[in-house]
Amino acid sequence: MDLLLTQLATGLALGSIYVIVGLGLSLIFGMLHVVNFAHGAFFMVGGYVGVFVFAKTGNFWFSLVAVPLVVGVIGMAVERVLIRPLYGRNIDDPLLLTFGLSYIFVEVIRITFGLEGIPFGTPRELRGAVDIGVGFIPLYRIFLVALTAAILIALWLFLEKTSYGLIVRAGARDPEIVRVLGIDISRVWLFVFGLGTGIAGLAGFLSAPIQSVNPDMGVPVLAEAFVVTVVGGMGSLVGSVVAGLLVGVVVSITSLFAPDMARVSIFILMAVVLLVRPQGLFGRKGAMG
Amino acid sequence: MKSEKKTIAGISRRNLLASAAAVAALPVLPSMPYITRAAAQDTGPIKIGFPVPLTGPFATEAQDQVRAAQLAVKEFNDAGGANGRQCELLVRDDKLNPGEAATRTLELIEKDNAHFICGTLSAAVQLSVNNVTKARGVIYVSISQSDKISEASDASPVTFHEAVNPHLMSSAVARYAVGKFGKKAVCLVSDYAYGHENLRGFQRAGQPLGLEILADLRHPLGQTDYSTFLPRIAALKPEILFLANFGADLVNSVKQATDFGLKDRMKIVCPTLLYTSRIAGGDEAFEGIAGAAPFYWGIEDKIPSAKTFNDKFKAAYGGRYPSDYGAMGYSGIRQILDAVKIAKTTETKAVAAAIRALKYDYYKGPQYYRACDQQSVQSVFVLESKTKNKRNQYDVFDVVVTEAPDEKRLRTCEELGHKT
Repeated sequence: MDLLLTQLATGLALGSIYVIVGLGLSLIFGMLHVVNFAHGAFFMVGGYVGVFVFAKTGNFWFSLVAVPLVVGVIGMAVERVLIRPLYGRNIDDPLLLTFGLSYIFVEVIRITFGLEGIPFGTPRELRGAVDIGVGFIPLYRIFLVALTAAILIALWLFLEKTSYGLIVRAGARDPEIVRVLGIDISRVWLFVFGLGTGIAGLAGFLSAPIQSVNPDMGVPVLAEAFVVTVVGGMGSLVGSVVAGLLVGVVVSITSLFAPDMARVSIFILMAVVLLVRPQGLFGRKGAMG
Repeated sequence: MKSEKKTIAGISRRNLLASAAAVAALPVLPSMPYITRAAAQDTGPIKIGFPVPLTGPFATEAQDQVRAAQLAVKEFNDAGGANGRQCELLVRDDKLNPGEAATRTLELIEKDNAHFICGTLSAAVQLSVNNVTKARGVIYVSISQSDKISEASDASPVTFHEAVNPHLMSSAVARYAVGKFGKKAVCLVSDYAYGHENLRGFQRAGQPLGLEILADLRHPLGQTDYSTFLPRIAALKPEILFLANFGADLVNSVKQATDFGLKDRMKIVCPTLLYTSRIAGGDEAFEGIAGAAPFYWGIEDKIPSAKTFNDKFKAAYGGRYPSDYGAMGYSGIRQILDAVKIAKTTETKAVAAAIRALKYDYYKGPQYYRACDQQSVQSVFVLESKTKNKRNQYDVFDVVVTEAPDEKRLRTCEELGHKT
């Protein structure tokens, strides 16, 4: 029983990583209807930017702020130059573009930094494991849960309680009306794309102490982020939170009883959700046609 | 207004899923060559095909294989080649995928007219390369671990297994660790041939020493998060954790085991304690971890050929030390080229006979091929991670045991199904 509870707690901690990984993808799709196949690449770039900034400053907390900013700016440049001309065209176009882009990012990183993984330890302040009553969980993972919660609250406050958030939401619903009201919608989209990619980059940096930083680190992330987004409902933020946690718990409990099924389990979960509720747990019917 | 909304938001799910699936399938589409068959010539450059996983979780190790292989080629060419014939190394990315590796190998043989194949870095992928080379009667020198490739079902007169194998490595670890650190063990192994073969070897060598395996857990190849396994391992309270995975998987699992505080409660041992993983994981993650290796540069104090190899490698690559898997790549290429010199031809039968007869010492002390299965008989080293009193940043292991080359430590020819 204790083991089951530990496994549940581990699953929730793992789930918060999935939440933050899925968040950026969901945000960009929900607001821009762009399926960002370069999501995993932005995640990986975030890992490298973080390692680089940390090596220069030696300050984990500073890096934590710098990474989403730097990756967000890269994301905005991509939106402005490459994605913007494709708005209004078939959804395949930005999808293929970002897919190609992900290869370019990975190659650039390989050529610049090589194939070797770069070591990155857990920051000194966050080392060690904490006894949560039923077993040990690393302090760093608890920190991730708290940070994810903080990011979600900040995002929610921004989208629901600020006037710019109102514009963003309106732009997602009906860009034409927003434009008629005299608001430069393309600037909103630029910002949202930067925000989504910035969060992806932050997730990459946060995962650096857990796994090694290498050019291929974004590959599994893309698939995971898609599962979270599809299970939660394409474009639903609440959905990606619930789905992320659910995926974490499913993986965790499956690996207790059938470890070799752990990876497949999330795809089974996705298949079941698609069969029973094709729009995803929290997806709006019609958002996907 | 309506139409604007339609184009942006009115995407059909079917469309989206179809395009997403199409894009996701792109990298696995087989790029079957339009083969024009032309047999490799016994004139012109000596071509060696070198398929290795330059993408995926073993990329770091694969890159070092390429470096060391190129060093062997350069040495050969600088010395004038064989009768003026220079060597050309044809490096291909097999993406750690058996299908991709078979396709690349076929291309190398049929289209690029490679005389020999050397390479791969997976207990599973090498079997698919071997199927291709065996069917076409092309010499294949495997430079990564496998037990299966030596068994009668997979062996071939033109297949040579230069690398150590899981049986040898896991049993060396069992001999070192079982009893010394306790007898109760949990095994966490990568769920493919490498993990399975190591688990079998560890179990078999541990049994007479009183080893009791509390659980064997399997994780998929390329797993990034191990958190769901670790609390369970802690709850089983083993004295030893036998961790049989490779490359990035090894780095990630060791890092996370450290975070979960597992090392305070048990000794972690690995059948292959990779130099590249040790460097990528850092001191803190690997502190206290022991394991076996086919090579570590630090043996140069005792073994002259290791010193020569290290110096050549460092001179070629700006002071970088060679890794274990790199060293096997060097040896694989060099033995082919030495055999070509001896045979004075690239003709398969003559070169294979020359390799079979080699008694060589390229980087780790004496080696030779056992007659029945063409497995290289060689030494194995047991290492403990070193975090203090390091000579330099690359000084990461203490060699605690050296097992000399001995056919008795391999499975017998009869057991492998060879007629004697």
